[in-house]
Amino acid sequence: MCRKLAIPLCIVATILSTSLFAGPREDLLTQYATAAKTETPTFSGFSAARGKTLHTHKFAGGKPDTPACTACHGENPRGAGRTLTGKDIEAVAASVTPKRYTDPAKVEKWFKRNCKEVLGRECTVLEKGDWLSYMLSQ
Amino acid sequence: MNIPYRPLALGLVALAFSAVVLQRAQAGGDDYFPPVVDPLVKEECGSCHIAFAPSMLPARSWQRMMGNLKDHFGDDASLDADTAARISSYLVTNAADTGGKRYSSKLLRGLAPNRAPLRITELPKWVSEHREVPAWEWKHKDVRTKANCVACHADAERGFYED
Ligand code: HEC
Ligand code: HEC
Ligand code: HEC
Repeated sequence: MCRKLAIPLCIVATILSTSLFAGPREDLLTQYATAAKTETPTFSGFSAARGKTLHTHKFAGGKPDTPACTACHGENPRGAGRTLTGKDIEAVAASVTPKRYTDPAKVEKWFKRNCKEVLGRECTVLEKGDWLSYMLSQ
Repeated sequence: MNIPYRPLALGLVALAFSAVVLQRAQAGGDDYFPPVVDPLVKEECGSCHIAFAPSMLPARSWQRMMGNLKDHFGDDASLDADTAARISSYLVTNAADTGGKRYSSKLLRGLAPNRAPLRITELPKWVSEHREVPAWEWKHKDVRTKANCVACHADAERGFYED
């Protein structure tokens, strides 16, 4: 269906089709899944395990001070984090901070900033879906 | 280091450390810089560091900063144009040389009128207030950067810097 519709329309359609019975997080994951299918035809679902690897892996492409997501968010997603300028960050695990990932614009804004910071590039939609799946499973 | 954030241990270290710094900071006056109250500014400018009080920099500095959020001290703090304009207007209205004037006449002392520094920590008055802080304190792992005001001024987010 989405191949035929223009992408914005498609996103709207996806939201409409799922929002009747799902929350904003599920909607966001569905959106990512739809986009992932378009990006990679062989896409077969997100993986929390890959998300965990992404969260803890030390990358070389970003800033030396922040080689991994864990530099600010901590090794344990259920624990609080801290930025390098000393500001506390609430836990990224959805079970600990229930209001997380309910505002898609906020999620996108921080994926964009933090992926550039850590990987030196924006995250792919597969990476975003994997990471989000990991945090929703925590 | 397996668990970088062990709140308890960190808390204890921070406590022990702040005792050292506090003693010295307590000698200061009663400077008050009203904290940011606008929720939008708090959210967008208070996630990576504390939301710095608008009365700590002149309007021209805030204008300059808001003109380039894409490269904000090496970070990408960019916002959509509408949000940026609303934040900019709040900062400029309450700046050290506009609405926040009565709080900050001292802090701007010594700043040439044609200069628009992007850092509070580069204001001549800020530098002189902190000249007695030894190098090891700035490098301490609970401080790391001069911009981490709360490490030494526990009430910074409420606008108080005397302790
Ligand atoms: C330089 C510090 C830093 C690093 C490194 C970092 N983050 Fe963040 N992240 C933050 C801050 C600050 C926030 C916003 C505060 C908050 O939401 O509590 C945030 C928020 C987020 C959010 C939005 C959460 C929500 O509630 O909507 C996502 C998603 C996110 N980060 C993903 C990542 C990923 C993925 C990585 C690694 C690739 C990463 N972050 C690395 C500092 C960082
Ligand atoms: C390493 C600890 C440390 C950090 C970090 C720090 N300060 Fe201070 N600050 C001090 C000390 C010590 C004094 C000196 C108090 C005195 O001399 O009486 C002081 C004094 C001040 C004063 C003058 C207070 C008065 O009563 O006259 C202001 C204003 C101030 N700091 C603002 C800031 C701001 C804003 C930041 C962050 C951008 C910051 N400080 C970061 C330790 C620190
Ligand atoms: C993505 C993270 C991020 C966001 C969002 C952000 N900042 Fe910053 N900001 C930084 C970093 C990093 C520094 C440099 C800190 C250091 O020197 O250690 C900084 C420094 C500053 C300083 C200078 C501190 C000093 O040294 O005196 C000011 C003022 C400031 N930011 C204001 C703002 C304002 C206003 C906004 C909202 C429009 C904002 N920041 C949003 C990351 C951020």
